[in-house]
Amino acid sequence: MKDKQPKPGRIIPVPENFLSPADISRRRALKALLAGSAAAVSGAAFSGDESGGKLGVPPWSKSLGKPVGANPYGLPSEFERHVIRRESPGLTTSPHSSVVFTPLQNLFGIITPNGLHFERDHGGRPDIDPSQHRLMINGLVRQPKIYTMDDLLRFPSVSRIHFIECGANTAMEWANVSVPTVQYTHGMLSCAEWTGVMLSTLLDDCGFDRKRAKYILAEGADAPSLTRTVPIEMALDDVMVAYGQNGEMLRPENGYPLRLLVPGVQGVSSVKWLRRIEVGDQPWNTREESLHYSDLMPDGMSRQYTWIQECKSVITSPSGGQKLLDKGYYQITGLAWSGRGRIKRVDVSTDGGRNWRTAELQDPILPKALTRFRIDWHWNGEPALLQSRAVDETGYVQPKMRQLREVRGTRSIYHNNAIQTWKVDPSGDVHNVQV
Amino acid sequence: MSRSELHVLWVAAVLASATTSVALAKDYGLGRPATPAEIAEWDIDVRPDGQGLPRGRGSVAEGQVLYDEQCASCHGTFGEGGPHMALAGGVGSLKTATPMRTIGSKLNYATTLFDYIYRAMPFHAPKSLTIDQTYAVSAYVLHLNDILPADAVLDQDSLPKVVMPNRDGYTRDHGMGSVNGKPDVHNTLCMKSCEKTVEITSQLPPGFTEQVYGDVSKHFRRYSAFPGAGEAGGSASAQEKSAGGKSQGLQLAQQHGCMACHGLANRIVGPGFSEIAARYQGQADARTMLMDKLVKGGAGNWGAVPMPPQTAVPETDRQLLVEWILRGVPE
Repeated sequence: MKDKQPKPGRIIPVPENFLSPADISRRRALKALLAGSAAAVSGAAFSGDESGGKLGVPPWSKSLGKPVGANPYGLPSEFERHVIRRESPGLTTSPHSSVVFTPLQNLFGIITPNGLHFERDHGGRPDIDPSQHRLMINGLVRQPKIYTMDDLLRFPSVSRIHFIECGANTAMEWANVSVPTVQYTHGMLSCAEWTGVMLSTLLDDCGFDRKRAKYILAEGADAPSLTRTVPIEMALDDVMVAYGQNGEMLRPENGYPLRLLVPGVQGVSSVKWLRRIEVGDQPWNTREESLHYSDLMPDGMSRQYTWIQECKSVITSPSGGQKLLDKGYYQITGLAWSGRGRIKRVDVSTDGGRNWRTAELQDPILPKALTRFRIDWHWNGEPALLQSRAVDETGYVQPKMRQLREVRGTRSIYHNNAIQTWKVDPSGDVHNVQV
Repeated sequence: MSRSELHVLWVAAVLASATTSVALAKDYGLGRPATPAEIAEWDIDVRPDGQGLPRGRGSVAEGQVLYDEQCASCHGTFGEGGPHMALAGGVGSLKTATPMRTIGSKLNYATTLFDYIYRAMPFHAPKSLTIDQTYAVSAYVLHLNDILPADAVLDQDSLPKVVMPNRDGYTRDHGMGSVNGKPDVHNTLCMKSCEKTVEITSQLPPGFTEQVYGDVSKHFRRYSAFPGAGEAGGSASAQEKSAGGKSQGLQLAQQHGCMACHGLANRIVGPGFSEIAARYQGQADARTMLMDKLVKGGAGNWGAVPMPPQTAVPETDRQLLVEWILRGVPE
């Protein structure tokens, strides 16, 4: 695995490619200005790639920076402005019932920054005043109740790290390759530390009927008041009524001020802007669990209540759309996850699945959370086909695309957890392909 | 104190401690009872067995008026679809290569149609229809699917009895309903010589990504100018050579179509790159002049055929190309 001495390698490096012309001219103007005033002092303006073998002293080392607290709520560096969620052109017909994808190619570790968590709304994003928000619990309960946000923040709380993956993540790739980068193939996937009240605590607080309760219905306060059925055994196991996301309140895009979190289950079940929980003895067959979010099989039957997100992984670097400029050392890295528990192992192939090596897993390895994997790679400049294959603690092995198609055909839309292939050309260009 | 008095005290003490511990475990004293009126206002969900359907009625004829006013602009006059999903048609298409997922072809219970229209439609003004209007629009959509006759009327009793064409088209016989469910697709943990042949079966057509997504290379982080430029270990030739064995300048010249008119050494329509290099290398204003030429285009220095302005080439690339020329066009 580490038999070859790593040589320096780079992923395309051109300084200003991601800056807009306005940025570039601003930078130029700044440079010229500083060159004028600084030249007298040092005799050389800073420009690492232009100076004759000298590093120079950059302007930020020769001037006072911004005052402490200049940004009361901090933002990323302006040089990271290309790290954003993106819509996939032409995917949806309404900007209010649409999705923006997480830029997985840009992220480190397992936590998705709150501003980059993928967003899927079914009828626009409401801006909810938390003082006006209420959670109702009714149905098969001894005492139907209404909670304010202040009530909910006083209940015993828990914090847990879990991924959310849309059931339709990778849906565009069932029949063939149709999108270029990992942001679009796998970006309906994010992971955060969620804080809230266990749903079981609230159900107990209302005295739910333990004998008759078989399902709960979760309902949002958004325009379509989206509803989903959750089986009671999940509801009592690890489902949370969450208000916190990575240390702060939920972002509006992710359900502010309250959402359900159903770990390991397709994202639509984690109902955002949660306003009501009803306890019942039958599933509700709502629109988002019958007409949609049901998996169409080749025989025309639809699998209903396909809650679990099965084990899956993807290499995030190198990945489609990236360009390797040098031969030499690269670290292949990516994410693995399973709705059934912990990741046990990830294997990586660089020859399209002929041969595999086992990757290193980064701690922490948590149930129903993203797990980061890494493996060394020395690229010799020849064509390569990069793949990752995850195994979860149940022993389930992530399938090949053709194995999935043999059973489920190509029209099911949901739950494509196939092994992803990235092709590296001799030019260093990386492409999304299927084998 | 009598024996019975003692007993009473003892029972009282036990009861008190039990009450206290229950109170600690269960009673947080948070929230308040929901009133029947509040529940009635919010609890609008409807189940397949009809539970939750409000009292009311609406006819196909009433529904048609509402549909034409409020629904047809998105779903088509006959439910054939428009800017948004088709509501009618496609019965029998679910097992074909082009399945149509409509109310008639896919939905299993008419109660779901009522529930969704009442809570979520019209898209721009959800919860604006009355209960009777919702029965009427539901009836009309079912009529568009030939499920109800033109004179039909729906109410809380008749709606759950409507049998949808795809009533039996759903199954829960799969492994994804529970964390302990059995998977339907199986792979193995082969490590060596696992595939005899590896064939690429699908990839994007050339130019597709640029056309639809723009320059996705800008979706990646990239900070430094040249690999190893000015850094220890990066020799000049190593910097110049890319992974494909070509210099970055040559790659850019090919990528931007410069080579259609300029050979590396030879003239095609315009001068060869090495000819340009030979003429301008060493001139103080060469960079500025060549950069200007790339932006403005023009003719005269090398003949009468004008070069079009190359503003489509990003400025950074134009700079790299000029540097490459002035370094003598290394391959």
